[in-house]
Amino acid sequence: MRSSFPGDTPRTPGREPAVEVRGLVKRYGAKTAVDGLDLSVARGSLTAVLGPNGAGKTTTVETCEGYRRPDAGTVRVLGLDPLADSAALRPRIGVMLQSGGVYPGAHAEEMLRHTATLHAHPVDVDTLIERLGLGTCGRTAYRRLSGGQQQRLALAMAVVGRPELVFLDEPTAGLDPQARHATWDLVRELRADGVTVVLTTHYMDEAEALADDVAIIDSGRVVAQGSPEELCRGGAENTLRFGGRPGLDLVSLLKALPADSAAVELTPGTYRVTGKIDPQLLATVTTWCAQHGVMPDRIAVERHTLEDVFLELTGKELRA
Amino acid sequence: MSADTKAGTFTPRPGAAPLSRMIRAQAALETRMLLRNGEQLLLTVVIPTLLLVLFSSVDIVDTGEGEAVDFLAPGVLALAVLSTAFTGQAIATGFERRYGVLKRLGASPLPRWGLMAAKTCAVLVTEVLQIVLLTAIAFALGWSPHGNPFAVLLLLVLGTAAFSGLGLLMAGTLKAEVTLAAANLVFLLLLVGGGVIVPLEKFPDAARAVLELLPVSALSGGLRDVLRDGAAMPWADLGILAGWSALGLGAAARFFRWE
Repeated sequence: MRSSFPGDTPRTPGREPAVEVRGLVKRYGAKTAVDGLDLSVARGSLTAVLGPNGAGKTTTVETCEGYRRPDAGTVRVLGLDPLADSAALRPRIGVMLQSGGVYPGAHAEEMLRHTATLHAHPVDVDTLIERLGLGTCGRTAYRRLSGGQQQRLALAMAVVGRPELVFLDEPTAGLDPQARHATWDLVRELRADGVTVVLTTHYMDEAEALADDVAIIDSGRVVAQGSPEELCRGGAENTLRFGGRPGLDLVSLLKALPADSAAVELTPGTYRVTGKIDPQLLATVTTWCAQHGVMPDRIAVERHTLEDVFLELTGKELRA
Repeated sequence: MSADTKAGTFTPRPGAAPLSRMIRAQAALETRMLLRNGEQLLLTVVIPTLLLVLFSSVDIVDTGEGEAVDFLAPGVLALAVLSTAFTGQAIATGFERRYGVLKRLGASPLPRWGLMAAKTCAVLVTEVLQIVLLTAIAFALGWSPHGNPFAVLLLLVLGTAAFSGLGLLMAGTLKAEVTLAAANLVFLLLLVGGGVIVPLEKFPDAARAVLELLPVSALSGGLRDVLRDGAAMPWADLGILAGWSALGLGAAARFFRWE
């Protein structure tokens, strides 16, 4: 209950961001894991925190979950301080740790039912077991489950309490494609049902496929935040590639193209056009090819991906 | 208002379950985990039972005057408390810490004190099962206990508090593998040197003076004073156990790390 400044319009609790991190700093000994990080997560959104291993993703999320005490900066989750207001916050959030979290001797179903019992209005456990394909794990001890089954159980435990906000730390790391898509479907359904989702990942396709908003983290800072489209639109230009006979005269092509475009022969017989790649430009290129008796072979429009954005912003490969 | 109110499977409806329900459920789970673990059962049931039967029926150790079982039964009851409250709890909690169980539960609606209360319930339930079993066997072997049941209860509760504090201190500060090794070693040493099956009178006086201060010696000695000799209230032993409880629980509260 903070008082507002004079002239401020009174804010209803539901209007403030689900997560608001400002100037977060967290050090472990001499190592600075998070270095002045700002992050805002809108209510009802699905935000991906994207970055390579060691970028500070887990530390940031674990600070929001109340596991870490910030060395500097402020963290507000659902308007609460994760440490001071822990008792009020914990029932409202769902947490999926990167690994572990289950008694080695517990059965999957037993553990999920137990987690449900800790909440007032849990999701039907049988439905969840079926949805995540955990039916076959019923009476198997946790330590004997496969990595993928352990991941899905941890996800189920995070959502069973019908939380307002869930934190998923690398929910699909090490999953096979089928399990990965089952997880994606569930995450999409969470968002559709009005749950705010924060997930960390080092898979750019995951961020592109799921997220409304992507925060790219490198060396403990957010280097860019926006929707996947916004992030991809900024930065480098898109490209068009095609093959043809070597040594084409590109001067006439350049004359036909818009002024901010460029065309080069990358290797003999492989051509690249950069610029604003739209249907008009594509038509211009194919028309030019037709005029010059060139069959444009393997013609491809290459969309600028989050991976390119990341490479550009940090000079690093995402999956180092 | 209209479209948004359509409830999906995951439409948020957060809330903690009532505290009593959470602690009850957690205690039931903790008890199941304790009883399901084979190595733990060896420690908590098989070893005390074997010791009681073997040393009562075969004259291996000179237990002094009177029936051997009258000497052994109180010692084995003390050993049962040691095995569950200290060794079993230390090892289980150490691995729960290592596997992130304590961390994950720390983000659940269950408060940390609730988790500790549930663990204590699980230990007490296991102890009751052990005591019922061992008492029945002792009676079958001709045990004739005396004394004040209230004094016995007080000794068992203080003994549980003392061993729990020390076990949790170990689990919350050492690596799980170190806890595993150390807790078993301590169990073995206390079994031999804590007046459980070997009377402390067999040790040299200097050693005996130190050994008598151990929590398991106080527990086995106190139980023996009451159950064999009919003492009213073994204040000295209760005092030693209270001291260990304060020390162990205080240090555990101060130094316990959840991750």
